[in-house]
Amino acid sequence: MLRILLNALRTGVVTTRYPAVPSVPPDRFRGAPLLRPGSHLPPPGVCPVGAISEHFDHGQRRVALDLARCVFCGRCAEDPWADAIAMGRDFELAARSRDDMRIEVIADDPAGAAVGRTPDPDMQSARASSEIKRVLGRSLHVRHLDAGSCNACDWELTALLNPVYDVRRLGIDFVASPRHADGVVVTGPVTRNLETAVRRTVEAIPEPRVVIAVGACAASGGIVGVGYASAGGVDQILPVDVYIPGCPPRPEAILFGILVAVGRLDARRASSLLQST
Amino acid sequence: MIDSALKDALRTGAGSAIHEAGPRPSDLTLRLAGPGDLPAAAAVLMGQSMTLATVVATDETATTDGDLKVRYIFEHTGAGAPDRFVTLLASVDPSHPEVSSLTTAVPAANWHEREMQDLFGIVPIGHPDPRPLVVHDGWPRGVFPLRKAFDGTQRVLVEPANEFPHLVAEGEGVFEIPVGPIHAGIIEPGHFRFTSVGETVLHLDARLFYTHRGLEKRMEGLSPLDAFYVAERICGVCSVAHGLGYCEALEQIAGVEAPLRARLIRSIALELERLYNHVGDIGNICAGASFHYGTATGSRLKERLQQMNERLAGNRFLRGLVVPGGANLDLPDGLLRLLTVTLEDTLRGLDGLMGRIEANPSIVDRLDDTGVLQHEAALDLAVAGVAARASGVDRDARRDHPHGAFAGPDPTILNVATVPDGDVMARVTVRALEARESIRLIDEFARRLAPGPLRVALAEPLPGGRIGISAIESPRGEAVHWLRTDAAGLVDRYHLRSPSYHNWPAVALAAETAIVPDFPLVNKSFELCYSCTDS
Repeated sequence: MLRILLNALRTGVVTTRYPAVPSVPPDRFRGAPLLRPGSHLPPPGVCPVGAISEHFDHGQRRVALDLARCVFCGRCAEDPWADAIAMGRDFELAARSRDDMRIEVIADDPAGAAVGRTPDPDMQSARASSEIKRVLGRSLHVRHLDAGSCNACDWELTALLNPVYDVRRLGIDFVASPRHADGVVVTGPVTRNLETAVRRTVEAIPEPRVVIAVGACAASGGIVGVGYASAGGVDQILPVDVYIPGCPPRPEAILFGILVAVGRLDARRASSLLQST
Repeated sequence: MIDSALKDALRTGAGSAIHEAGPRPSDLTLRLAGPGDLPAAAAVLMGQSMTLATVVATDETATTDGDLKVRYIFEHTGAGAPDRFVTLLASVDPSHPEVSSLTTAVPAANWHEREMQDLFGIVPIGHPDPRPLVVHDGWPRGVFPLRKAFDGTQRVLVEPANEFPHLVAEGEGVFEIPVGPIHAGIIEPGHFRFTSVGETVLHLDARLFYTHRGLEKRMEGLSPLDAFYVAERICGVCSVAHGLGYCEALEQIAGVEAPLRARLIRSIALELERLYNHVGDIGNICAGASFHYGTATGSRLKERLQQMNERLAGNRFLRGLVVPGGANLDLPDGLLRLLTVTLEDTLRGLDGLMGRIEANPSIVDRLDDTGVLQHEAALDLAVAGVAARASGVDRDARRDHPHGAFAGPDPTILNVATVPDGDVMARVTVRALEARESIRLIDEFARRLAPGPLRVALAEPLPGGRIGISAIESPRGEAVHWLRTDAAGLVDRYHLRSPSYHNWPAVALAAETAIVPDFPLVNKSFELCYSCTDS
């Protein structure tokens, strides 16, 4: 017992200060791809999951990348496309609609410009730590729901409870029963074999509730897509409030997405209070 | 020597079968005269102490063969055993798709046969438990998703269904405890139906495949280079192992070999994956025994390793390091120094944690004699990995089917740790020994790194009509990958037999020696993947 106490004291505090202090991912980290406007961007076939698309508008080739679908493999940023796409380090990519996760640029024209992805105002506010304190004046309890994930997103959710991220310090916790939850974090594309269980679990959560889709599979189907055994994303089954891209998203990225969701839940609670008075 | 003895035995036991080499030069494939010859041929292989490695069904109705095929693939395991797979190849008439079931003679074939019945409509005649396995919830009758004629890109809607016929014990005072598929914690989904008297478990029927995503069908028709990204994502915590297994099978088809520096980096990645899994698993077993200091320590050590993974590979699960043809990222000296320091700290932390577990009688009491898997049962079910070695089965694919840095001239020597007891404590002990061995191996691989190329190019299209087979020792045990290209060099069929696939039935057996409250502990000591199994 004494040794355990001594070991604990010797280890000291290992907890991160994110989100109060920004987290800087390592050099090799593959975050949101940066598409260089005007450059010779790759054809859609380069992406193994179909996250890249192109269309022509007034003779201009426009290339779009869907962050919800992206698995951050980095293949589109390899030769011969390394001049056109670089893997950025931005990981705070959670958004409230699929449209907000679309990056679109004009390709092959030196005067080309970026035309997509206007950041959500809520996301901006979630970024400011003073806002976070205000928003988290109350606690958020969520239920985890594995809808056919590969377990990577699940492990990152578990990591949020380890001594390094310790999300309970922010008033966030994972609860066992949907009846005790303010919302649900869903991982996986919603398999056919889990569809009934997913519907029933979410219905058991009292309103108002938030539904957070964690990772590429939950946000869009990801690597799995639509098929005989997969619905191709949570929003094919239920309305989704917040999408968190990543394959898997790192723990800070999930935490950021939960904070975006807290803002959403707050707004919804306020409006339901107004209606009842 | 062994080779000719085996061939003689097969000739006597399995009649007019035709032998040929393949898929690899050291392997043997036996074309059976009819699907009824299967049990006799399998009996010969089992008599040679061979183990079932995997079963692969294929739909070849559109080819000149015009049939369905089933390949029962056996392997040698153990110290000094040859690196050889023996395939029993049975042709099945699509108008009358039946084979003789092997399950009563080879219990490890149980789920394989139920799976091929669900996905291909091939009926194993005489199977003792032919309930559906992979398809749930009112799946339409007579629809087989892995047949080539089936369009796998459309959703098949959920239909109301009768309750699944669980296998339960009955009698006075016996009650049923249904658990799952949605569990209380952050865990993967599965349904466990316990029947118990008081707190003693009489029987456990596990129903899995909730996370079946149809990934094997998803990969068909893709370029093998694109399909790699799917293989790497079948399972999060086996990303390196499954990525590597797929690459090695693909490289056999392409006729190329990854350069030595890449093989060393691949093996470093594989050992790092084992290390963060094992260290985290020891912590999770502490959670099952309510030893929270152990849980926190295990998760802190695992977190440190995953943060290092992100610095090495840009991804906390080491995705993106292994690619077809070699390695995508190098390990420069700066990162190797980080690796050395992190591993020294991990070793110190692991030794400290194991010391606290072993010195704590109330924890040891929970782990000793709990959830025992008998040696014979482990052999019958072809159990793999930590679970096998903790029941005294000496098998490890790094030695039995050399891959990564274990392949090639002057290979590294692997110390395979076995413990005879078969209980939770044995599985903890094996994990601790293997984690220390992984640290030693990574150090040795890092010292052997010499300048050289990182990858060889794989030219598209890849050679058509070829088969690649590989076996990788993942953190949970041997995973067998089987890949075949079609005439155009695209993926014709890919099948993964994960270690968890063979180990799940063993969890049910081990649980029957425990009490209901110890099930989480027993389950965590096996630490199996649902997503690998269900794919």
